[in-house]
Amino acid sequence: MRTKEETLLVHTDRLLLSGREYRGTSRIDGPLVYMRNTHPVGYGELVEITAPDGTHRSGQVLETSDEVVVVQVFEGTEGLNLPGTGMRFMGEPLTLPVSEQMLGRVMNGLGKSRDGSTIPQGAVEKDVNGQPINPTAREYPRDFIQTGISVIDGMTTLIQGQKVPIFSGNGLDHNKLAAQIARQAKVRGSSGDFCIVFAAMGVKHDVAKYFIDSFEESGVLDNVALFLSLADDPSIERTITPKTALTLAEHLAFDKGKQVLVIMTDMTNYCEALREIGTMRGEIPSRKGYPGYLYSNLAELYERSGKILGRGGSITQLPILTMPNDDISHPVPDLTGYITEGQIVFDRSMQARGIYPPINCLPSLSRLMKDGIGEGMTRGDHPHLANQLFASYSHVKDVQNLASVIGEEELTSLDKQYLEFGNFFENKFVNQSFTEDRSIEQTLDIGWEALSKLPSEELQRLSDDEIAEHYGK
Amino acid sequence: MKDRIVGQVKRVNGPVILIKDVTDAAMMEMVRIGEQQLIGEVVKLHDGSATVQVYEDATGICPGDNVYGSGMSLSVELGPGLIGTIYDGIQRPLEKLMGVSGAYISRGVTFPALDHEKKWPFVPTVEVGANLTRGMVLGEVLETERVMHKIMVPPSIDECVVANIVGEGSYTVEDIIATVVLPDGREEKLTMTQRWPIRVPRPVHDRLPLAQPLITGLRVIDSLFPLAKGGTVAIPGGFGTGKTMTQHSIAQWCDADIIVYIGCGERGNEMTDVLREFPQLIDPRTGQSLMERTLLIANTSNMPVSAREASIYTGITMAEYYRDQGYHVAIMADSTSRWAEALRELSGRMEEMPAEEGFPAYLPTRIAQFYERAGLMQSLSGETGSVSIIGAVSPPGGDFSEPVTQHTKRFVRCFWGLDRSLASSRHFPAISWIDSYTEYLAEVQPWWSQHSEGTWQINRQKIMELLQKEVRLQQIVKLVGPDALPDSQNFILEVCTLFKTAFLQQDAFSEIDRFCSVGKQVRMLDLILEYYQRGSDAIAKGVPMVKIRRLKVIQEIARMRLTIENEDLAAFDKLQLRLERSIDQLGGIYED
Repeated sequence: MRTKEETLLVHTDRLLLSGREYRGTSRIDGPLVYMRNTHPVGYGELVEITAPDGTHRSGQVLETSDEVVVVQVFEGTEGLNLPGTGMRFMGEPLTLPVSEQMLGRVMNGLGKSRDGSTIPQGAVEKDVNGQPINPTAREYPRDFIQTGISVIDGMTTLIQGQKVPIFSGNGLDHNKLAAQIARQAKVRGSSGDFCIVFAAMGVKHDVAKYFIDSFEESGVLDNVALFLSLADDPSIERTITPKTALTLAEHLAFDKGKQVLVIMTDMTNYCEALREIGTMRGEIPSRKGYPGYLYSNLAELYERSGKILGRGGSITQLPILTMPNDDISHPVPDLTGYITEGQIVFDRSMQARGIYPPINCLPSLSRLMKDGIGEGMTRGDHPHLANQLFASYSHVKDVQNLASVIGEEELTSLDKQYLEFGNFFENKFVNQSFTEDRSIEQTLDIGWEALSKLPSEELQRLSDDEIAEHYGK
Repeated sequence: MKDRIVGQVKRVNGPVILIKDVTDAAMMEMVRIGEQQLIGEVVKLHDGSATVQVYEDATGICPGDNVYGSGMSLSVELGPGLIGTIYDGIQRPLEKLMGVSGAYISRGVTFPALDHEKKWPFVPTVEVGANLTRGMVLGEVLETERVMHKIMVPPSIDECVVANIVGEGSYTVEDIIATVVLPDGREEKLTMTQRWPIRVPRPVHDRLPLAQPLITGLRVIDSLFPLAKGGTVAIPGGFGTGKTMTQHSIAQWCDADIIVYIGCGERGNEMTDVLREFPQLIDPRTGQSLMERTLLIANTSNMPVSAREASIYTGITMAEYYRDQGYHVAIMADSTSRWAEALRELSGRMEEMPAEEGFPAYLPTRIAQFYERAGLMQSLSGETGSVSIIGAVSPPGGDFSEPVTQHTKRFVRCFWGLDRSLASSRHFPAISWIDSYTEYLAEVQPWWSQHSEGTWQINRQKIMELLQKEVRLQQIVKLVGPDALPDSQNFILEVCTLFKTAFLQQDAFSEIDRFCSVGKQVRMLDLILEYYQRGSDAIAKGVPMVKIRRLKVIQEIARMRLTIENEDLAAFDKLQLRLERSIDQLGGIYED
């Protein structure tokens, strides 16, 4: 048993020892490097690795004990060898120097410049892991964001400070939609200081280029910070990319008072990188081989959105994830849906029918919508109208199923009216062009136009006054 | 706290830490780790080493760091001041933490759970020389306008004689209010607070049979699948099916005396919503703010996973404390799946052999232990109080066959299954009338008979039969279309559709509809069955169904939940009269 003096000595030693370089690792396995005989190293410490060729890489302590330290190397372990690899434990967690000048830059997953130019170093170093926001310090988000896209504004309204993922599939138009939202999103009646933080995890070069081009076209590139970890970059880098991106977003939103939109694509790749490390370490897997802590891990990212009392700014998250095999019950979309405040779900058959954006509004949802719409925010009839459109459109699906069995001819006249409503709804309300920016009033009016295809006594979610004012107008 | 070193850190793997050179640490003892003083709990002891789960982020903990023992199990502080406060999973008051560490929760921060400065008006109810046994009441404190907080002899004292007790006056929770003498002559000083380990159920005198329903104000629950006071229920549903909305609604309007709302691994904004909304809502029964009866525990999904595991126990211990004072307490646990997943995560970190889907083999035992802490009890002081548990379950992919839902089903007696297709068509609350069940019918039937002139049970039976018939008829309709059915059967579909829109659905945002009184529920159900009866008779006489469904009065019935006030039962008489007349008129035309 150590005395208090000895304990103090150990701590002083540790401070002196951090930064000291060790050479010679005992094992390298995938992205993990094992090191023996070090001084006591803290859990989660930042590590600087020197490769045999003299280049530097960075890593983080994943596990520590008095025998061996396990380090994950973000840039991958290619080219490292057992005797020649050096390691320096920095005695502090992984931090990111953040500043407003990072807007307009293209960086890698660790926040370092991708094109070789130096990133202006900010004065503020922030722990990339962040800290949980105290629920009592949160401000409840209720400012309506107008995206100019009817099916989102009308049916799954986006609120400033909300986190809403896009559940998509390979080959669907999610990138196009994200680009359109980034270009058109605005809070009406406020000229808030708006910027975008973009994090790409394991996406293709073409996709990254598509986003850069579209930001450039809409003239916002100077207000975008891009963190790119592309498909051919080491997979381990993907596990840190959203954290660095969100660290900058927090700085911009809660220190500088900006309204930040964070687009993260593709979360499925992020989760797969976590699975890769978990398997490598021999952890006990849970569903589909993903680690048991996937929920907590995703929550640590998604919960970094929102608003804080008295800080002015906000973080709105728009994560994109491709559902493997379009399966919404796959662990990644499933766990995401339990954390985020709603979801926007894409439908392959709608895209096949040429409808853009191919959003199936029935499984889509915005949990914060209830407090952000209605009188004084959008329009008084909005809540009931959205409710009625959901109810009626869901009946259309039943009628379509029935029609496919007994044939359209055999339907009752009322059901035929429902089909007509469904067609109008999909082709006129949901469907719009990539450049079309509809105001919320336009959106609601088109909604009423669709409902006017139905007899008024079918509209039981709407009040008589609302029907009198808008129906058939 | 920093005096007793019980061991040193050997290995750190996330929230699970291995300790070596362990001296006298006890199982479930609360410990503090390193110079940052992170809170942890001993979960395993073997051969001089111990496994500790840490309730905070473990970043920076080094091998060799000291571990300090606290000499007690993880426990909560109980006393006046709990109500209206929002705590994290290990009973740290979040509002006070904000004063210490700002908008973010930093590590190693501690704060007493109860306000130690605030003075409470204490009124003694015993005199010097009184013989007291454990759990008996010493005095009372008016905690909020509706909660009289009873100060009890801690369960650790079996028997004692009051040697001294303070007079009526204002005291803080730290002030000594009484001195008691134990049978062996030792003196014990009592304050208004006591501590209790969260994983141990508080002792009671006896468990009583359940008899009263917990009225929630949601028609589908109260009329079709009632829960008894002291009962347990699971609400499973995939994401977006309205678990949280249902829980909020019950927390707001149910007729329990005290509500404990546990946000276990859920969203931060949802807790903010509760904090923002509850103080503004007025309880229709007492006319006071709902916050006056609510305790909140918020361990959001991004807070450390071990504290999430503990939050459920913290909540139920506080609930039991108020039950012992003779209150009916309802616990909303949102969501127990997150708690089960926390168990899985910690079990995985401890490298235990997994059972189903990676969950530890002791999962069913833990679930059973939790739900068995509910019940209607006679407390040690002879008061009757209850704890009812309303546990949300979040099955992955909305699939009810997964382990947490299945094991929960074994230990609860009521099941409100949420249905995704109902939620998609915005039918809320999306409680399925096909999957749900309740085993409390026999217990609550006498109460309902009294409150419905004896019609409740028969009416409930009738409407359940109609709903079952509808399922079969819908299958036929899917094959051949509705026109192939005779009017008498088509009318069943019609009545069921009306029942769903007019009765089962409830609008949480409508001032009138969000809470439905018992009287209104009874009359609404009566009226719909009346419509079925008279309509069927008319159809038998040859009236076409189309004519009946087009009656103006049907539109009114469809909207009655939104238009008729809870207390305005006379309006139902009028509506019923109009219904009778309208159908009679139609019948008259077709008889000729």
